[in-house]
Amino acid sequence: MNEHLKTTWTHLRRSPYQSLSAILIMFLTFFIATSFVLTAAGFQVVLRYFETRPQVTAFFKDDTNQQQVDLIKAKLIQSGKVEETKYISKEEALEIYRQQNENDPLLLEMVTANILPASLEVSTKDITGLSEVAGILKEESVVEEVIFQEDIVQALYQWTGTIRKVGIGLISALGLTSFLIILVIIGMKITIKKAEIEILQLIGASTGYIRTPFLLEGIFYGAVGAILAWGLAYLLLLYATPFIIKFLSGIPVLPVPVYFMLIILGVEILAGIIIGSFGSLIAVKRYLK
Amino acid sequence: MVKFDNVSKSFGETTALDKVSFEIDKGEFVFIIGPSGAGKTTLIKLLLKQIQPTEGIIEVDDQDIAQIHKKKIAEYRRKVGVVFQDFKLLSDRTVFENVALALRVLSEKEEVISEKVENILDLVGLKEKRDFFPSQLAGGELQRTCLARAIVGDPEIIIADEPTGNLDIGIARQIVDLLKKINETGKIVIMATHNFEIVNALGQRVLELEKGKLVSDKKKGKYHLS
Repeated sequence: MNEHLKTTWTHLRRSPYQSLSAILIMFLTFFIATSFVLTAAGFQVVLRYFETRPQVTAFFKDDTNQQQVDLIKAKLIQSGKVEETKYISKEEALEIYRQQNENDPLLLEMVTANILPASLEVSTKDITGLSEVAGILKEESVVEEVIFQEDIVQALYQWTGTIRKVGIGLISALGLTSFLIILVIIGMKITIKKAEIEILQLIGASTGYIRTPFLLEGIFYGAVGAILAWGLAYLLLLYATPFIIKFLSGIPVLPVPVYFMLIILGVEILAGIIIGSFGSLIAVKRYLK
Repeated sequence: MVKFDNVSKSFGETTALDKVSFEIDKGEFVFIIGPSGAGKTTLIKLLLKQIQPTEGIIEVDDQDIAQIHKKKIAEYRRKVGVVFQDFKLLSDRTVFENVALALRVLSEKEEVISEKVENILDLVGLKEKRDFFPSQLAGGELQRTCLARAIVGDPEIIIADEPTGNLDIGIARQIVDLLKKINETGKIVIMATHNFEIVNALGQRVLELEKGKLVSDKKKGKYHLS
């Protein structure tokens, strides 16, 4: 194996521009793959955040009593669309208001519990139940106003779906390009080394002995391209983390857990090895007859 | 040990070898002579299984080499050491590495490789030049490197295709003396050559080819220039 590794290294050193091209195309493929995976995962987290938030909030008129609230809760549960309901009394609303504006004494002075309405926060099992739940609440005479986030969640669903589709399409196209470029580069190298290969064959080198360095070369391109792409993507993510956190305040998207990044690295190295070895395998089968 | 039985080889309309039959026993030194285009190289290529005969059977060690599976060709070629007229050395490797290559393909251990290569380089007189690259060697030294690579794996048969073709007579004699020394250890040596001085000086068996036919097979042959 040591002998094959040495030969592989010699192959790489002897044609640095071809090696660089192969690594760059693998790098590009995996950099885009990492970017799309991270973006899609980020959108998924944002989506989950919005899904787990109360999606419908009904504000009650001031004279609403607990019995009427319980009746509405029962109706909602009966609909089968509701995951969870939470009643926020006027006092609790004031407490929330105080927490949110603790740094602004002027705002705190102006507001009392009587000004704030009691409300019912409802989470649905599925986004499709939002309209029905909102409809039930609007029909209630004690309900002053109903707000729900259907548009945001719908938009996020669409974005996540689009990112996934575009990502899969782009990664597939780049993966295929990488595979073909590895095939062509290894094929070129085999053609350049035709005389050397003929000598090896004449002195009794087995097919495996001749092929192994070319296969290792393909694997090297794939693995190195994947590692470099992952490294750069991770660095950029770490650099951008403070800005993203500021932009998505309150949504716990970042920091990305290290184990998640390591899983991405592992999968990408594996994919790189598969693309690289498959490309070089086809090349040696095609050119080393 | 080596048997050609009515072997013919055609390339399209051209017949390179025409119903050639002969046998070579263990320990024989055989010259194959003939003018250019007589079929010497074709015969060697057939023996190396680089090409297939159109007709006839070639046996090595009682095995029909046509029956050797594609995957076993490498194994078969390890029985045959080859010395080429154009040396076929790897220009980016030293003398030591070129010779060691024949053992590396056999997956020998590094210590074994080192010991065997040093011994062979000593035998061919290239110990001092072990770290030289082919471009730094003279013609005779290149041929001795090629010979060292051919014999280091201890093959049963040594084939030399015009090994003295590019060398002056003094150096050519050194190469042939080495081949004779190897032959005296019981190996078969088959040497294709144009060099009548060497053929006549050694007085070994001579197979003479002409237009693809074996025209003579003499135990102590001579090479007569026509």
